[in-house]
Amino acid sequence: MREIPVDVLIIGAGAAGMGAALGAAREGVQKVIIIEREDRTGGILNQCIHNGFGLHYFREELTGPEYAERIKSLLKDYENVEFKGDQFVKAIDYKNRTVIVVSREGIVLYRPKTLVVTTGARERPMGGILLPGTRPAGIFTAGVAQRWINLENRKPGNRALVIGSGDIGLIMARRLTLEGIKVEAVVEKMPYPGGLERNIRQCLKDYDIPLYLSHTVVEVRGKDRVEEVVIAELDNNFRPIAGTEKVFKVDTLVLSVGLIPQTNLFKDFLRTDPWTKGIVCTSSGRTSMNWIFAAGNCTVIYDLVDWVTEEGEKAGKYAAFYVKNGQEAAKFPLEKGQNVGILFPNYYEEGTNLNIYLRVKKPMDRGIIRIKQRNNLLYNKVHASLMPSEMVNVKIPEPKIGVGDITVEVVEA
Amino acid sequence: MRIGIIGAGAVGALTARELTRYDLEVYIFEKEFDVGMGVTKANSAIIHAGYDDEPGTLRAKFCAKGNEMYSAVAKELDIEFKRIGSLVLAFSDAELRIIEELYKRGLENGVPGLEIWDRDKILAHEPNINQEVLAALWAPTAGIIEPWMIAIAAVENAVENGAKLFLNTEVTDIVIENNKIKRVVTNNGDFEVDVLINAAGLYGDYVSKMAGVETLPIHPRKGEYILLDKEEFGGFVKSVLFPTPSTLGKGTLVTPTIDGGILVGPTAVDLPGERKFREDTSTTIQGFEFLMAKAFKMTPNIDFRSSIKTFAGLRPETPIKDFIVGRTKVNGFFNAIGTRSPGLTAAPAIACFLVEEIQEAMGITFHRRANFNPIRKRIRSYIQMPLEDWDRIIEKDPLAGNIICSCNKVTEREIVEAIKRGARTVDGVKFRTRAMFGSCQGGFCSHKIMKILARELGVDVSDVVLRNEKTKILYGKVRT
Ligand SMILES: Cc1cc2nc3c(=O)[nH]c(=O)nc-3n(C[C@H](O)[C@H](O)[C@H](O)COP(=O)(O)OP(=O)(O)OC[C@H]3O[C@@H](n4cnc5c(N)ncnc54)[C@H](O)[C@@H]3O)c2cc1C
Repeated sequence: MREIPVDVLIIGAGAAGMGAALGAAREGVQKVIIIEREDRTGGILNQCIHNGFGLHYFREELTGPEYAERIKSLLKDYENVEFKGDQFVKAIDYKNRTVIVVSREGIVLYRPKTLVVTTGARERPMGGILLPGTRPAGIFTAGVAQRWINLENRKPGNRALVIGSGDIGLIMARRLTLEGIKVEAVVEKMPYPGGLERNIRQCLKDYDIPLYLSHTVVEVRGKDRVEEVVIAELDNNFRPIAGTEKVFKVDTLVLSVGLIPQTNLFKDFLRTDPWTKGIVCTSSGRTSMNWIFAAGNCTVIYDLVDWVTEEGEKAGKYAAFYVKNGQEAAKFPLEKGQNVGILFPNYYEEGTNLNIYLRVKKPMDRGIIRIKQRNNLLYNKVHASLMPSEMVNVKIPEPKIGVGDITVEVVEA
Repeated sequence: MRIGIIGAGAVGALTARELTRYDLEVYIFEKEFDVGMGVTKANSAIIHAGYDDEPGTLRAKFCAKGNEMYSAVAKELDIEFKRIGSLVLAFSDAELRIIEELYKRGLENGVPGLEIWDRDKILAHEPNINQEVLAALWAPTAGIIEPWMIAIAAVENAVENGAKLFLNTEVTDIVIENNKIKRVVTNNGDFEVDVLINAAGLYGDYVSKMAGVETLPIHPRKGEYILLDKEEFGGFVKSVLFPTPSTLGKGTLVTPTIDGGILVGPTAVDLPGERKFREDTSTTIQGFEFLMAKAFKMTPNIDFRSSIKTFAGLRPETPIKDFIVGRTKVNGFFNAIGTRSPGLTAAPAIACFLVEEIQEAMGITFHRRANFNPIRKRIRSYIQMPLEDWDRIIEKDPLAGNIICSCNKVTEREIVEAIKRGARTVDGVKFRTRAMFGSCQGGFCSHKIMKILARELGVDVSDVVLRNEKTKILYGKVRT
């Protein structure tokens, strides 16, 4: 069995992993290796052939594959970065700091000085939402349907219903329509849409696809293939209201019901957040083990790939710092205050800028985001139309920050 | 002598295998695309200890015996079987009296190792059980298994020993002459047979009627289940947890599965007997709510946000709530039906009994074949293997290094081997390899598996099916 020493080993070559490679490479460590299960870099970007990527990071609007290509070309300048595709990380022996990687070429033991985890997310499966009814052919998660259409040139059906109005669900409703698959409706259990306003407009309204808010699927029918899907309105306790059922004659059901950070390989030794299931990190991307860093959707589910790359870069940079000087600074927890649903990172690490990502619990027309460290006000600004579906990014530069716990709250303006 | 078996569920498959020990021609007729896809696919997968069954019933006769036989059967067929023990929990004095009854009944049925445990002992063994528990009946011989594997492995072994398997072959009529079995009529041709065994599960009464033998009517009793992700809930309980039984059956259990997840179920809802209900494996909101309430009572810390799969099975129930096994008024026609729970457990004992019963009823003696091979080997999995060994294998066989299913770490070699052994469908691969069984339920790998199936079967990926020819997953190309 071969053994390969490496300074920074990155697991996953999606938007976060490529960012991490850039961040680490720039710091001039000797060797950065990216390990990837698929045969190419880009991860989920490869199948996202729609526009809307890169407005922050590259200051222009790109498709997913274009975005992936752009980061890849940035990486070309660095000879200390190596990409290895078709490789599967079997396990991590965190005590001996080795990573066991399996591929058609055999098994390799990597001995990294630091590790950056950028494994992305998986889709919640149909069983994850206790979908009632039959389980015939024709039920796809959005990502799987997207993959068949965009990468494999295959049609998942003729008439579809989409569950979940997050951005992925909305974009899939449009993609299906453009490919000649009739989308009867998008169904959302919450009283407000899960995706960005611009996607509601560009993906549904422009194509006259109805959106049923406060609705859910109460029965899938069809023994061999999906034949009908019954939806019903939900009351305030999320229980279906009898008599509100609507039947759609569709042969395909596309589920876009949430992403779950992919942490199976690490959960025995890295702390994860019980609520988001993401890997717990500091503001440098450091996890609960000082030599392991993480970034992207395996830490928290982001709205924008640009943010993912940025966070990846940061984690890569600090991983490289750690290779060079092995130091670790003090850290202070970030606490969720009023109306904060999701908050990332979990800790502030001294000496870094604080890049906060948050989602409100409940929609708020005008809310003040207030960030305090003890009695010191770090941030206090009014934000209009705050929605759980829209992640907010607040940047606080390092010089403003002192010592002590930090609280984040959103209050009525 | 030609012996036909209708149905390749646990009962038919094990019976077929048992018969191949003798100098006989054995035919297995199965209407589905694959074996083990009837009642045997979707159930609690418990090899019951045998204390539930009232003495004098066929259930009592075959369950404890079958349980005992499973160690050898699982070893010969190389299928995973774990005797993890079961606990019947009592939360009141009334329930305590019932488990004491079960204890006595168990002794009468010859169930070994039964004990009544007090609260401290229960909680020391299973800390996640509701603290209010009073006592429990501990049965160390109860076990878990992958039920479909019984059928898959037993048929593989039977075929290895000369049995002929006819899939997609539905028996539609049975020809009797002079009150003796003559021929079975199927959608795949007619077959002359001397003996016919009806192991048609949910359709057992229909098949019996084809032979002119009236039996008690069968109706389906639905049981719904929820499976929790092993990544989140693995190890939550170590043994099979039952509530104290009621008249409706053994109740909703919480148990580990062989794959490491936690299974909650079943419900018990009687459906009418008409054919369409015998295919109704739909799940329901009421069913889920029922299961959650029952599970919370036994294990309050359970969290259904970690569910990854729901399904339902149908018990072939008769008014007498017992199996119907043995000779009939038609010479050469034998029934092995009404296989409600604990039919899986009883199956090896039923199989052995039938071999004796046929000889006795027909006044003949079977002759053992010298070259019967009882051993079947499972598809080799690499994930637990020492790394050096795995590395050496990959050198000669690169497919053994290509991990396809990320969650259960199943390689391309295992998938190709499953197809070689008869998987023709996505489900066929799934049940033989556990690919797509994990947290993502195929989100990352189903497309890869479909492409491997297409390649190995020599078809376009659009022609790959989920479980039979009516379940195509894709509708051709998007852009031509
Ligand atoms: C909810 C539930 C929970 C259960 N839990 C347990 C448990 O924990 N432990 C236990 O021991 N038992 C349990 N059981 C019972 C156990 O699953 C069954 O007893 C067992 O699987 C029955 O096997 P079988 O071979 O009789 O039937 P099946 O598996 O249904 O096999 C019959 C086969 O016959 C085929 N067939 C039917 N008609 C024809 C025809 N005309 N021509 C050709 N083929 C035909 C069918 O396609 C099928 O494959 C449970 C059952 C259910 C439903």
